[in-house]
Amino acid sequence: MTAAPEKAPLDVATIRKDFSILERTVRDGHRLVYLDSGATSQRPRAVLDAERAFLETSNAAVHRGAHQLAEEATDAYEGARARIAAFVGVAADEVVFTKNATEGVNLVAYAMSNAATSGAGAERFRVGPGDEIVVTELEHHANLVPWQQLCQRTGATLRWFGVTDSGRIDLSDTDGLITERTKVVAFTHLSNVTGAVTPVERIVARAREVGALTVLDACQSVPHLPVDFRALGVDFAVFSGHKMLGPSGVGVLVGRGELLGAMPPFLTGGSMIEVVRMEGSTFAPPPQRFEAGVPMTSQAVGLGAAVDYLTEIGLDRVAEHEHQLAEAALHGLAGIDGVRVVGPTELVDRAGVVSFVVDGVHAHDVGQVLDSLGVEVRVGHHCAWPLHRRMGVPATVRATFYLYNDLDDVRALVDGVHEAKRFFGVGEAPAVAAGEDRNGV
Amino acid sequence: MRLVRIATGCDRMQLDQMYQEIILDHYKNPHRRGLREPFEAEVHHVNPTCGDEVTLRVHLKGDGDRAVVDDVSYDAQGCSISQAATSVLTDLVVGRTVAEAFDKHAAFLELMQGRGQVEPDEDVLEDGIAFAGVARYPARVKCALLGWMAFKDAVARVVETNGVAAR
Repeated sequence: MTAAPEKAPLDVATIRKDFSILERTVRDGHRLVYLDSGATSQRPRAVLDAERAFLETSNAAVHRGAHQLAEEATDAYEGARARIAAFVGVAADEVVFTKNATEGVNLVAYAMSNAATSGAGAERFRVGPGDEIVVTELEHHANLVPWQQLCQRTGATLRWFGVTDSGRIDLSDTDGLITERTKVVAFTHLSNVTGAVTPVERIVARAREVGALTVLDACQSVPHLPVDFRALGVDFAVFSGHKMLGPSGVGVLVGRGELLGAMPPFLTGGSMIEVVRMEGSTFAPPPQRFEAGVPMTSQAVGLGAAVDYLTEIGLDRVAEHEHQLAEAALHGLAGIDGVRVVGPTELVDRAGVVSFVVDGVHAHDVGQVLDSLGVEVRVGHHCAWPLHRRMGVPATVRATFYLYNDLDDVRALVDGVHEAKRFFGVGEAPAVAAGEDRNGV
Repeated sequence: MRLVRIATGCDRMQLDQMYQEIILDHYKNPHRRGLREPFEAEVHHVNPTCGDEVTLRVHLKGDGDRAVVDDVSYDAQGCSISQAATSVLTDLVVGRTVAEAFDKHAAFLELMQGRGQVEPDEDVLEDGIAFAGVARYPARVKCALLGWMAFKDAVARVVETNGVAAR
């Protein structure tokens, strides 16, 4: 067997040339070390060019009008949908464009409360007193708060999986948590704090046994790992364009065709209708039923270009590359006294999200020192406050890696953490000669 | 090597502008920390973007225009900037009338919201002038204001319930 060429390591130097922003310097001449792709990724020229080309040649409102531009715009929009669908292993009409992933989760949660007053076909989406919705303690707020609110509106009960000390979902009582009363199990594919990858099949298997719907937060997985939603067997999934080299303002809700076909709408108005009379209206089949109003268009086209870009490089190579960076980062941080990684330290089922705390230096202060060196990380609770509470830390420093990061970036991070400890006088030899005043340097 | 050293020097200068010795001193040895009795109001404020929090109590003595801030006690969790700013706050307002304390509050707020363009008055803000460098970092302004906003809220609650004239 010869190694397939697509398994070759990433040529990061060449990839970086596609991202103009990485050429700039920050904070007085420092090389930009961008380690915050988990919050939002940078966009390659191909994505920016696709958006601009669309706007300069074919811009029109999609799915209305019969003129040539409307036709071209609709083709571009639907073409992007088809490519994005293929990218994650589903059919084109199983992809609903939303503003972002948060809107995708809300769409399902509100459709479920709307089901109470919808026709017989919507029965399976109804929840009420006695029903349970199961989430996990490590969810991003976007996959927690909408479910809390759904429970509040309907009288259903929220239950949740706990988290292990190493920052994984504690699946030891899966059968006890997911029961005949469970209507929805909403969980993340890849924690945006601990980097832990969830064994999706275990949760899906149990949810199917009891007939519960599954909703997967795939915001951190789709940009970084090969993901096939049909193979995973989830009912719904959400992800965001801007975390996968695409534009902001576009996200995706994936739903099994059969479910989307039965689910009541969330937002209503133009585009999503079949027949409108003064007495009442009927709705278009999915995905249009869930895309009320003139949708984002150049953003969807840009996301299509991002998917093309990632496909050409290969998600398996991206995942392998980030695995190596995570390994180097975990190794480097392990060599610093007083640094504790919040998340698994073994590299099994773990991605390139590395969060940590430094004894005696608050995460904000670590971040400030890193920023002064050009290293841009996220600090705080990363929209996962309950998880931080569970892990016993008020805030963490988070470095997230992507295909344009390299080992120099990891080195800059590790050196920066050493510098933060020195600056705050926490157990490292001072960087300046003895007797030199800090303000006198 | 020489280039590296120069770069390191610059970094430290930038950082030193933000983390003045005064700030680091207050951070390491915060003044009036801890929750004490008596108090007329207790508030809990959080910075929702980072999770920093403060529980703060105020004790006022006297009524009307003569009401004086007798004690500010607090329990806080947060970065050096938020901890130090709360410590400095207590130095500036304890022993002052409510009106004077609110004047300090206004001056500190103006400094922090000034994007580094406001020249602080040391006679008014004393150690608080050390935060001028922080004002250049918009993301950290909220840190510096956490305890100050909690203080204003707490005093306002006492004034509301007791009818103390703030100004």
